[in-house]
Amino acid sequence: MKRIALTGNDAAAEALKQVNPDVAAVFPITPQTELMHKFSKYVADGAVETELINVESEHSAMSACVGSAAAGARTVSATSANGLALMWEILYIASSCRLPIVMPVVNRALSGPINIHNDHSDTMGARDSGWIQLYSENAQEAYDNVIQAFRIAEHKDILLPAMVTLDGFILSHTMETLEVFKDDAEVQKFTGEYTPDMFLLDTDNPFTMGPLDLQDFYFEHKRQQVEAMRNVQDIVIDVGREYGELSGRSYDIFEEYKTEDAGLIVVAMGSTAGTIKVAVDTMREQGKKVGLLKLRMFRPFPGNDIIKALSGAKKVAVMDKACSFGLEGGPLFHEIRSFAFGSDIHLKSYIYGLGGRDITVQQITEIVDDMESSSPGDDIVQFFGVRE
Amino acid sequence: MKIKKGDGWKTLPRAGIIPEPGTSAEYKTGAWRSYRAIWDEEKCKQCLKCYLLCPDIAIKVEDEKMTGIDLDYCKGCGICAEACPFSAIEMKAELECRD
Repeated sequence: MKRIALTGNDAAAEALKQVNPDVAAVFPITPQTELMHKFSKYVADGAVETELINVESEHSAMSACVGSAAAGARTVSATSANGLALMWEILYIASSCRLPIVMPVVNRALSGPINIHNDHSDTMGARDSGWIQLYSENAQEAYDNVIQAFRIAEHKDILLPAMVTLDGFILSHTMETLEVFKDDAEVQKFTGEYTPDMFLLDTDNPFTMGPLDLQDFYFEHKRQQVEAMRNVQDIVIDVGREYGELSGRSYDIFEEYKTEDAGLIVVAMGSTAGTIKVAVDTMREQGKKVGLLKLRMFRPFPGNDIIKALSGAKKVAVMDKACSFGLEGGPLFHEIRSFAFGSDIHLKSYIYGLGGRDITVQQITEIVDDMESSSPGDDIVQFFGVRE
Repeated sequence: MKIKKGDGWKTLPRAGIIPEPGTSAEYKTGAWRSYRAIWDEEKCKQCLKCYLLCPDIAIKVEDEKMTGIDLDYCKGCGICAEACPFSAIEMKAELECRD
């Protein structure tokens, strides 16, 4: 390992460079642009053998990825916000064709009004699309998650596309120090060769991908996707452990930070988790028994394991950096709450940071105070940080 | 491959993949026909333009010679009749062709 300073975008690009995928189909969008910009320099300099395809839109980018992956190539793209939204229909094609495309998504708020800053509305909007979703707390995690994503997505019992998130600007454009493998070969030994069992360029074994289904077979094919998702958790854990042996940093489906004796636990995803850790440390110094559950694997959603991890606490504050209009309470909150059915944990939803509205250590301590003084009969959701 | 009774999500091919080539020949689209292509062998000069342009596989060819219209696949689009330089194919309403 060597320790260097990189922005989140550069860290993800470095990971892609070391993996050396066969094809990248790309279209720019702030704040992802510099990720592929950096990667394209690696292509131009001959540091990778990737075929870089510049397309005319994100819809085309994902369409090209589907064609490339179906042909048998290890394929990647990258996007944000409305770019992900423009790809929306093809996301479902990628997952239903069982193509292990890997895509960093630099989280940015969905327009409108137009906003280039960070929230999770984009990847939350894709949570039903059948893609694996791994959330990154910092540049190190973005780098490590991108490398692991190939082993997870390409696993023969999975074969599903995977998104690796990193918060826009907060992570993508902020420089941090992280450890990277000194040698591309070490990464490639870990990711291995991509050896699809069926690929369209195999002219000795011709087959058709993506034909018409009618009422008679669609349901069975969707059930197959469900089964593939059910296989993901164990593999995320195995790959995370193996990666730990190789790099010294192991990964799991979530991280439990000072939760063992916590009476109140905060749940969050992405870069805010880092800020919460500082808030937890501060509150612990003041004698408050608070902890953080940082969720890494959002899809598939490990509901039962989350509830087990939260079971020592009486109160849980779920922080959502996204809002589902018409639903009282954020998406992460509701997914946890439905698995908490039957338990007596008091859960509350805190929607924060929409459109990149800052969230500070001080505000997090206020959220914890609010949670402490809340009762189950109170409003289920609070919008934290909005001007009333 | 044939789908059989008892096949479910566990046994059906992954993602709806059709694992053999050329299976469209098993689907007899001729049943949809509203016009029928009628071939006049006398006028035919064996240029095979109809064979090249047929969007389905309705022109029967053996040893590089056209031998007839395959009614299992002819849907009556009329492209062959339109294209034939020798007017060797005529389109006739399907109902009129049946006794």
